Amino acid sequence: MWTAILVAAAGCYLLKLAGLSVPESVLAHPVMSRVADLLPVAMLAALIGVQVFATGADITIDARVAGLLVAAAALLLRAPFLVVVALAALTAALLRMI
Amino acid sequence: MTEARRDIVRDALAVGIATGAYGVSFGAIAAATGLSVLQACALSALVFTGASQFAFVGVVAAGGAPLAGTATALLLGSRNTLYGLRLTSLLSLRPGARVVGSHLVIDESTAMAVNRTDRDDARLGFFATGLAVFVLWNAATVAGALGGQALGDPRDLGLDAAVGAAFLALLWPRLETRTNRGIAVAAAVVAVGLVPFVPAGVPVLVAAGVAIAAGVAGRR
Repeated sequence: MWTAILVAAAGCYLLKLAGLSVPESVLAHPVMSRVADLLPVAMLAALIGVQVFATGADITIDARVAGLLVAAAALLLRAPFLVVVALAALTAALLRMI
Repeated sequence: MTEARRDIVRDALAVGIATGAYGVSFGAIAAATGLSVLQACALSALVFTGASQFAFVGVVAAGGAPLAGTATALLLGSRNTLYGLRLTSLLSLRPGARVVGSHLVIDESTAMAVNRTDRDDARLGFFATGLAVFVLWNAATVAGALGGQALGDPRDLGLDAAVGAAFLALLWPRLETRTNRGIAVAAAVVAVGLVPFVPAGVPVLVAAGVAIAAGVAGRR
């Protein structure tokens, strides 16, 4: 077990270091820099999707979706970050109490 | 510290709290799977990537060999490599800072860095968020491993919705172009669509493929 944990730790750290160690010259290529810009957009969007709509291996619609909709409305109204996050939490928590 | 900087730090703490709370569930699940408190803490301190950690524990819980858990954790860890690609030029860290800072490359610290245009702000967002999450995630892991179910379910507080909202708030400034909006929708649809069919974490990696395809095909 400890071997597995330590190998996972070393490997995950090296993966992080590798990403940050890619030389600037590689990123100077227009395709590379476009990809590097789009990656967080796609991955954040995917993370939102999985965080809000997935439960294990199932796609579910529950209180989290309501929280996300409230967050989107708050963002459209230019609410600050903390308010957006708090409103989403509050929405989901209240819906679950019903 | 200027007001803008204080805002970044305050937001970093908010993200840290919401994300860190999940450390409680990780600690509890790890303990329930049979890992010792020390092993759970080692995972949170040394692997420090939520998806990888949950995947590791999930494999072990389902009866898989620990090294199979390692393989799954590494597969999911590649996400952080992709984040690093974007962070390299933005943060421009000296080698020493890079060696230390790499450990903090996670979803949240990346998101809090990439929506800044100023390098110093990006660094502040990255390190403040990374450190806040690190401290709170680890503290919560200890609490969860020791206390098990006693500390309650983060879902009762709507914290799972809060994490989704935090990601949306961090993505929002990047949705100003039609291209980015299209990428975001496509990525989310692809990822959610894959959830029933592939192991945890793979949907997000495939969505990264959407970005790569768009980058290769696109023309500004």
